[in-house]
Amino acid sequence: MVSPNSSHYDAIVVGSGISGGWAAKELTEKGLKVLLLERGRNIEHIKDYTNALRAPWDVPHRGRDTVADKAAHPVQRRDYILNESNRDWWADEKDSPYVEKKAFDWFRGYHVGGRSLMWGRQSYRHSDIDFEANAREGVAVDWPIRYADLAPWYDHVERFAGISGSIENLPQLPDGQFLPPMELNVVEKAVAARIKTAFNDTRRLIIGRTANLTLPIQERVNCQYRNKCWLGCPFGAYFSTQSSTLPAAVKTGNLTLRPFSIATRLLYDKDTKRARGVEVLDAETNQTYEFTAKIVFVCASAFNSTWLLMNSATEIWPDGLGSSSGELGHNAMDHHFRVGASGAVEGYLDRTTFGRRPTGFYIPRFRNIGADKRNYLRGFGYQGGADRSGWSREIAELGIGADLKQALSEPGPWSIGMTGFGEILPYHDNRISLDRSAKDKWGLPVLAMDCEIKENEIKMRADMMDDAAEMLEAAGVKKVRKNDDGYNFGRGIHEMGTARMGRDPKTSVLNGHNQVWDAPNVFVTDGACMTSGAAVNPSLTYMALTARAASFAVDELKRGNL
Amino acid sequence: MMTMTRREALLKMAVAIGATAAGPRLLAAAFQPGPPGGFTPADLALLDEIGDTIIPPTHVPGAKAAGIGAFMAMMINDCYEADDQAVFKAGLAKLPAAYAAKYHEPFLTGQPANRTAFLNELDQEQRTHGSRIRKERREAGLPENGGGPHYFRLMKELTLLGYFTSEIGSTQALRYLEVPGSFNGDAPYVKGESDNADPIA
Repeated sequence: MVSPNSSHYDAIVVGSGISGGWAAKELTEKGLKVLLLERGRNIEHIKDYTNALRAPWDVPHRGRDTVADKAAHPVQRRDYILNESNRDWWADEKDSPYVEKKAFDWFRGYHVGGRSLMWGRQSYRHSDIDFEANAREGVAVDWPIRYADLAPWYDHVERFAGISGSIENLPQLPDGQFLPPMELNVVEKAVAARIKTAFNDTRRLIIGRTANLTLPIQERVNCQYRNKCWLGCPFGAYFSTQSSTLPAAVKTGNLTLRPFSIATRLLYDKDTKRARGVEVLDAETNQTYEFTAKIVFVCASAFNSTWLLMNSATEIWPDGLGSSSGELGHNAMDHHFRVGASGAVEGYLDRTTFGRRPTGFYIPRFRNIGADKRNYLRGFGYQGGADRSGWSREIAELGIGADLKQALSEPGPWSIGMTGFGEILPYHDNRISLDRSAKDKWGLPVLAMDCEIKENEIKMRADMMDDAAEMLEAAGVKKVRKNDDGYNFGRGIHEMGTARMGRDPKTSVLNGHNQVWDAPNVFVTDGACMTSGAAVNPSLTYMALTARAASFAVDELKRGNL
Repeated sequence: MMTMTRREALLKMAVAIGATAAGPRLLAAAFQPGPPGGFTPADLALLDEIGDTIIPPTHVPGAKAAGIGAFMAMMINDCYEADDQAVFKAGLAKLPAAYAAKYHEPFLTGQPANRTAFLNELDQEQRTHGSRIRKERREAGLPENGGGPHYFRLMKELTLLGYFTSEIGSTQALRYLEVPGSFNGDAPYVKGESDNADPIA
C-alpha cells in the first residue's frame, strides 16, 4: 500500500460501501493509485465479526431491546437496527443527528464496508421498462442510459460479486450471470405452482436472487446456510466490501485505505472547472487534511454524497458543487414496504427444512406490465417466505406443562407471508437540504429531510395488500390476513436520488457517465445518481453503474480529457 | 467446480478465526451477578419453580435447569417499562399467597399436580385478560387500550423465550446447528422429532 500520509493520488474514492468498494477495485485494477476514504473505523474481514459465532444463549437479552437502549436511540429503535448483535455497525444518531421535517428513518453504516456488511443481499437488474418509464410517462427527466448500456456491466459485477438466482426470461426482470439458485422449499414450490396456474403465468413466485455464493469463487467459501449474514460471514459467503472488492483492490498494491476520514469538501478550482481534491477531517484527531487527485469518485451513500456536494459551496456555486440545475438535493426516493399478507398452510406436516436459507422468495413486478393498467404509475415486487412455525407460536388448546413443552419442541404448522416493495416516484419536492443551525459531533452541518409518499404510492399500497392476499387465497392458503404496518420514508434503507443523472445540465446534476456536469472529474455513482427507483432492490445497479463509470473515467484520463 | 464440504469450510473458518471464538462466552461468565436489582434470592427461587412448572423437566431438563428465575428477573429489569415491572412484581407477590390459600401448602414445595393445575388456571385467566380489561375500561368510560398485561402472561412469555433460547433448550429440546453446511427445503419429518433452533434474529 501507498503511505496514507501522501497527499496526491490518481483517484480519491469517498466511501467504502458497496459503490466505493467497487470504485476502488476497478480503478486500482486499471493501475490508478487510489486513496479510499472512510469516515468511520475499520472492520477487518472475519477477525472483527465478533458476534458471528455467538450462540443464542450468549446474547444477554436474547434479541430484545432494553428500555435504556430504546430511550437512548429514538431513531434506531423504530426498526431492527437497534439490537444486541450488530448495533455497533449502525451509525450512532447522537454523534450524527439529522433533522426530520417529516418523519424519516435514516439507518447508516459508518465504518469500512458501510452497509455492504449488513445489507439484505437481494440483487436484481433494472429493465428497460424502468429506464424508459420517466420519458414514457412524462415524469421527472429521462434516464440518460438504457438497459443495453448497463447490461455488460451487470454481467461484469455479477460474475465477481457472485449472485445466485434462477433464469426466468421475464422482460421486467432481466436474467443475469447467475450462480446456481438456492432452492424454494416444498411449500413455496407448491404455492408457486398454484399462483402460476391461477394467474396464467402473469405472476411468478421465484427464489430470491441473492449475493450469497452457491459455489466458491475467489477465496470465498460457498454459503453454509447459517443465515447470520448480518453479523458478518466468517466464510466470506456473501458479497461485502470486506469479502470481495477490498481484497481485490489491496491485491493490486495501488490502494491506500484511510479510515476515520470524513470528507468535508470537494476542493473546486474555478479556473480549470475541476475538483482538485478533497478536504478531509480526521474523525479521531479533528485535524484537517487536503488530498489531491485527478478524479474523485463520490460514493458516500446517497444522501451523504449529496451532503458532500452541498457542503462544497463556493462563490461560483453557492448552493454546492453540482447545484447549477437547481436539482441537487431534490427527487429523493426509497422503496415503500411493510404491506402485504400472510396465512396458514395446511398439510406438509411430514416435511420440514434443513439449514437456514439466507433468502426468501421473490415475486417480480406484474402491475402496469404489458396490458395491465392501474390507477397509479409503476409497480412493486414481493419478498416473502414459507416455513414451519417455531416455539413462539400460540397453542390455544395447551396451557402449561410437559405437553406444551413437547409441542413447542416440535415444528408447528406451515405459514407463509410476503411484503411488497413499491417504487416511489421522483418528486421534485421530496428533498434534503443542509441545516447549518444543527451540527454533528464534528461541528459539521447536518441534513434536513423533507420527504413523503404521495397519492401514487398510497394507491399502490392498496394493491400491494390486496394482491398479496389474492395470490395466497388462490394458492389455497387459509386464514389469510392482510397487513399494512405503516412506512416512514427511509425505512426501506434504499435512499436514492438527490443528484440525479440526466441528459441536460439544466435539469440534472450528473451526465450519463455519472460525471457532475459542473465538474466532470467528479463522479457520483451511488444511490444519489438514480433518476428513478424501479421496484427492485438497488445495490446491484450501483455496482454496475460504478464499474461502468470507472472504466469510462480511466479511458477519459488516457485520452487526456480529465 | 465443487462446493466446499461443511468439514472443509469449518476447517477454513477455524483457521481464519483462531481463538477469538471463545471470547464472548468467557466475557459473559465473568459477569455473574447476584440477583438482579429489586429481586431477592427467594424471588428467584419462586420464579425458578414457576418456570419449571410451565416447562418441567421431562426426558430433557426443564426451565429451572436453564436458570429461568434469574433470566426472568434480569429481563423484567432491563427490558420492561416501570408499569409492566410493577405488574410483574405484584403478581409475583400475589401468586404464592393465592396458591397457599387454595392448596394449603407453599408453592415452592407444592405438589406438582397442584402447581400445574393452579398455573393452568392462571393461564386461562391471562388468555381472557385482554378482552376482560377492555370491557371493564369501556364500561368505566376509559380508552379501551392501555390496561396493561396480565402478570402471568409476562411469566409465561419470558419462560418460553428464556428456555428455548438457552443452551439446554436450543441443543436438547430443539436441535441447534451453528453451521448446517447445506439446505434442504423438502426434508422428511417424523412427528416427535425436534424443531430446528434459530439463531437470534
